[in-house]
Parts: sequence; structure tokens; C-alpha cells
Amino acid sequence: MSTQVIASTKNRARQLTEDEIAEIEHEKTLYPDTQAVGLEALKIVQKYQGWVSDESLLAIANYLDLSAADLEGVATFFNLVYRQPVGKNVILFCNSVSCWICRCDDIKDHISKKLDIDFGQTTQDDEFTFIPVPCLGDCDNAPVMMVGDDLHRNLTPEKVDEIITQYRNKTA
Amino acid sequence: MVSNPLTKNIDMSRSPLEIAAYEANDGYQSVHKIAAGLGSNDVLETIKGSGLKGRGGAGFPTGLKWSFVPQGENSPQQKYLVVNADEMEPGTFKDRLLMEGDPHLLLEGMVIAAYSIGASKAYIFLRGEYTTSVRTLKNAIAEAYDKGYLGKNILNTGFDLDIILHTSAGRYICGEETALLNALEGKRANPRAKPPFPQVSGLWGKPTIVNNVETICNLPGILTYGIDWYKGLGQGADAGTKLFGVSGRVKNPGCWEMPLGVSIRELLEEKAGGLQDGLGLKAFLPGGGSTDFMLPEHLDIALDYDEIAKAGSRLATGTMIVLDDQTCPVGMVGNLMKFFAHESCGFCTPCRDGLPWVDTIFREFEEGRGSEKDLQILREHVDYMGPGRTFCALAPGATAPLGSGLKYFEDDFKAHIKQQRCPYKH
Ligand SMILES: Cc1cc2nc3c(=O)[nH]c(=O)nc-3n(C[C@H](O)[C@H](O)[C@H](O)COP(=O)(O)O)c2cc1C
Ligand code: SF4
Ligand code: FES
Repeated sequence: MSTQVIASTKNRARQLTEDEIAEIEHEKTLYPDTQAVGLEALKIVQKYQGWVSDESLLAIANYLDLSAADLEGVATFFNLVYRQPVGKNVILFCNSVSCWICRCDDIKDHISKKLDIDFGQTTQDDEFTFIPVPCLGDCDNAPVMMVGDDLHRNLTPEKVDEIITQYRNKTA
Repeated sequence: MVSNPLTKNIDMSRSPLEIAAYEANDGYQSVHKIAAGLGSNDVLETIKGSGLKGRGGAGFPTGLKWSFVPQGENSPQQKYLVVNADEMEPGTFKDRLLMEGDPHLLLEGMVIAAYSIGASKAYIFLRGEYTTSVRTLKNAIAEAYDKGYLGKNILNTGFDLDIILHTSAGRYICGEETALLNALEGKRANPRAKPPFPQVSGLWGKPTIVNNVETICNLPGILTYGIDWYKGLGQGADAGTKLFGVSGRVKNPGCWEMPLGVSIRELLEEKAGGLQDGLGLKAFLPGGGSTDFMLPEHLDIALDYDEIAKAGSRLATGTMIVLDDQTCPVGMVGNLMKFFAHESCGFCTPCRDGLPWVDTIFREFEEGRGSEKDLQILREHVDYMGPGRTFCALAPGATAPLGSGLKYFEDDFKAHIKQQRCPYKH
């Protein structure tokens, strides 16, 4: 009975792509065991798929021969592993102390209003997901945020407007 | 003589120096000294003699830490060096500067440390959000392999070293060195019990040294220019220079390399230009979010590990967060508590349950519902989560701004209770 349940869970795994497998194989050469590759594999899959679905998680667990429960424990531990779908652009908004002193709450409200979303939400058109992030280590340029891999500094409402237009055009 | 060894190559308006330019400015001299016969024990003795203290927060003497690694034929042959580049302490922005401004300095330092402790493999545990650092480090690592400073049989010494860049995925607790080791092994990043200390049994059970980025970046200078030069850099009891930062509403926020032992006033007024017009100095955290508040009366104290400790705080990361007199101190402490509550790894009860409770109370204050009883509960938590009461130093770190904030800003807490609103909000 129980073996059947496990077998059926395994069947829900999707097929990893060739690119994903190539990158995971490279990571395997850097660590002495596959457990250490788990997080790297989650990030690789997220890079290609945008987020980590149950099917992806199971695929990685199968591929690396790890317990799916352990891998889920790792996936949910980290702030930057997304276990839900996210928009095309993820806004990581610093709301830690130096940015707070420099009035990041006003900028946050501006973005919330402009995109009509709060922290943790994605816009209707799937363009942006808005997530708070601890100190981005750029406190002398507060307030700051990242959009995707890019850092944006010394934010003002006007600057935010420009940045958002820029990403909208980029993905359009 | 060089007086700014950490930043001499850094100019953030251009890309970091490529390897040839780095070499031309005394770069990788230390590795050539090793190739010319400097032994691993000579390196250890030099670092011990230099008086270098760890720049990751605790200020532990680096040479002493390395000397705990078991050596000799009966010791485990595989040893590891891990560079802690998880910089996530609120208000801290110094390691990023080093990795993006002069990545070869870090790599040269890593060769020195790995050679001294006998590690043939080294991991850089980098914060995932530092995407520019990923690029600068990857380029530099490739250059260093090409030139033979990394890889097999480095400059014909018989010493091998591989450096692997690991990017994390955003959890503050991963900066705690034993949690970091669990994270690198692919486990949930809860801290480990000590002893055994990582120096004896660390990554995959092998002897491991974990050092901060800035600590490692001090090593090339020490080996290239010598102990006397290094000691001469410091102005007080501590040797060397340090990166000091100032953030908050000051005229010129930034990060500068200065001798250890200069006064706080020099950093805040001369480098950061003092507060913005119309603002006064209320208080500051001297070394990131886990340090105790200090007051304007402390401005003439030296930026020196023992001097700051005598004033009841810690030099820690050396990056100061300035609280001006028009920003709510209760709100600032509340912001920090929200951070710590979110980042608790959940392993031990005082921290897992205590921090969210504290965070909730701060929200009550912010929304005008704070009471005397709440204030009492906050005071009790400083004790419940203090040093020795929790499994790691995260929760005690949180009690530093909490306890000192309750002490120094009592009037502000009381005003929130009396007026049933935040008096700083208009
Ligand atoms: C919660 C917590 C977070 C920490 N984060 C960092 C960090 O991001 N970077 C760092 O170098 N040290 C951090 N530390 C300190 C490390 O545990 C360790 O002491 C340090 O890396 C040792 O390096 P050093 O001897 O070169 O200073 C943290 C400690 C704690 C308790
Ligand atoms: S003090 Fe907090 S972060 Fe440290 S082990 Fe306990 S729960 Fe985890
Ligand atoms: S507090 Fe926002 S970058 Fe440091």
C-alpha cells in the first residue's frame, strides 16, 4: 500500500531538461556527495522554470537520489527558493533598518499602489512579484531594491516609475 | 608604504583590476614567497604575530583559530577552508565592496589561509543576492587558475588548491558558521552543537576554518609587507586597518578603510559628513544590527574592539547605523526585531517563540496600543533570549539593540504608551 503511494508520487516528477541536467552534473563535480547538490539543483531548476513546482522538486529528488521530504525541508528554508509561481520580474525590496531609516516605507507604498499588489503578491499580468528582502548590503545607497539580478539604488518615487516602465518594455 | 591595503586597488567607478594589473601592484607576492620556501608554519606564526582579529563580528584572533586545526600525519588529510561571504547583518555593506572592488585580494588571501592550514579545497559561501560579486569572483577565479595561482601544484610548490563558489539562497542564519556548514552540506541550516568546533570537525566532519571575507583580505598585506608594518597601521591597541561604514540620514553615507583606533567622531563627522541638515544625532549602532546602541556622548571613543566593549557595545562589523532625532527609536528597534523574528531558524524555543512575540508587541506600540505591561514583557525577553540561553548567537544578537534601546529610549516608549500613537508620525 505505502509503496504504491510512494511510487505514484515519484510518477508525478517531471522530466528535467538537458540544460538542467548538464548544470546539475557540473555541480556534482564540486561536492563530495549529492545531498550538497540539492540546493544548487533547486536554484538551477528555478533559473529555467521561474519557480520550483512539486513536479520539479520530485524530479530533483529522484535524479540526485535524495529524500523528497529532506529536499522540501531545504527548499522551504531558503527565502530565495520560490515554491509558488512568480511573475516575470521579481522585485526584492529591502526593508531592513538603514533603508527603513531612509524612508523605504514610502517607496514601498508607492510601488504597492502603482502595481496594485502587496508584499507576497504578483500583478494580474504576471509581470511583477513583490517580495521583501533583508538588508541587501548596499545601505549607503538606501533605499534599494533588486529587480531580477539588477540592483537599483537611491530610490525615489520617480526613479521607481522609470524602473518599472523599463522592465515592462523589456519583457513586452 | 601602503597605508590602505584593503582598498588600495578599489575604484568603484571602473571594473576591478585584472590579474596583470593586480600583480603589478604587489599582488600575489605572498604566493611567490611561499613558492620561494616560506613554510605553512611560518605563515601561521606570521599571522599569529600580526595580531589580526576576525572581521566577521566576534573579533577572534585569526592565527589562534588556525592553530586549532589538527596537523601531522595522523590528522585527517582532507581539510577545508570556507570563506564566509553571507553578509546579511542589517546595516552591513563591507564584504560586498571587497568582492566587487578587488576580488583577487580575496583569492590571494584564500591561497595563504588554505596553504597554512593544509586545505586543498576552499568554498566561498556567497550570498545569493550578490549577483555582481558572482561575476567579479568568477572572472578572477578563472584568471587565477590560468596563471597557476590556483589548481594543481601551485607555482611548483606541490600545493594544490581548488576554490569553489557556492551561492546561497537568502537566510541570515547561514552566516553563523556551523549553520553555514550544514547549508553547504545541503542540509537545513540549523546551527550545530559546539564542541566539536569546526576547526576539528567541520565540513563533512573534516577540520575546517571559517573566516570572514574581510579577515581573509587582510592576509596578503601581512605576508607581503610584514608584521611591523601591519601593527604600525593601527592607531590604538588593535593592529591593522578596518572597513568602516556609515548609513542612515547622514550627508555622505559610505564605506572607508581607516586605521583601527580612530575615533567614532572622525568616522561620523569627517568621513560621513555628519547628519543631514536639520537633523540631530540621537544614537547609533556601531557595528550592524546585532550591536548595542551608543549615544552622542560616546563619539570620542576609539573604534577599537576593547574600547567599544567598555562602552557596552561591540565593534562587530564596523558598519555604523545612525539614528537621527526625527526618526522613531521604537520603530527602529521594531524594524530590527521583525528582521530577527523572520530569520530565526526555529531550532530553540526562546528564539523561535520569543522573537515573534517581541515583534508583535512592537507592532502594538506602532499602532498605538502599547502598554506598561508590554514594556515589562520586552524587558523580560532581553533576559530570556540573552547569551547562554539559546542554541546560537542570533537571539542574543537581537537582545543587544532591544536591551540597550529599552534603556536609552525609555522616554520614547513611555510617550508611545501615554499618547497611544507614535509621536514621530505627523
Ligand atoms: C546569526 C549570525 C550571523 C552571522 N553572519 C555572519 C556573516 O554574514 N558573515 C560573517 O563573516 N560572519 C557572520 N557571523 C559570524 C560567524 O559565525 C563567524 O564567527 C565568522 O564567520 C568567523 O570569521 P572571522 O573569524 O574571520 O571573524 C554570524 C554569526 C551569527 C551568530
Ligand atoms: S537562537 Fe534562534 S537562530 Fe539560533 S539556534 Fe536558536 S532558534 Fe535558531
Ligand atoms: S538596510 Fe537596505 S541595503 Fe542595507
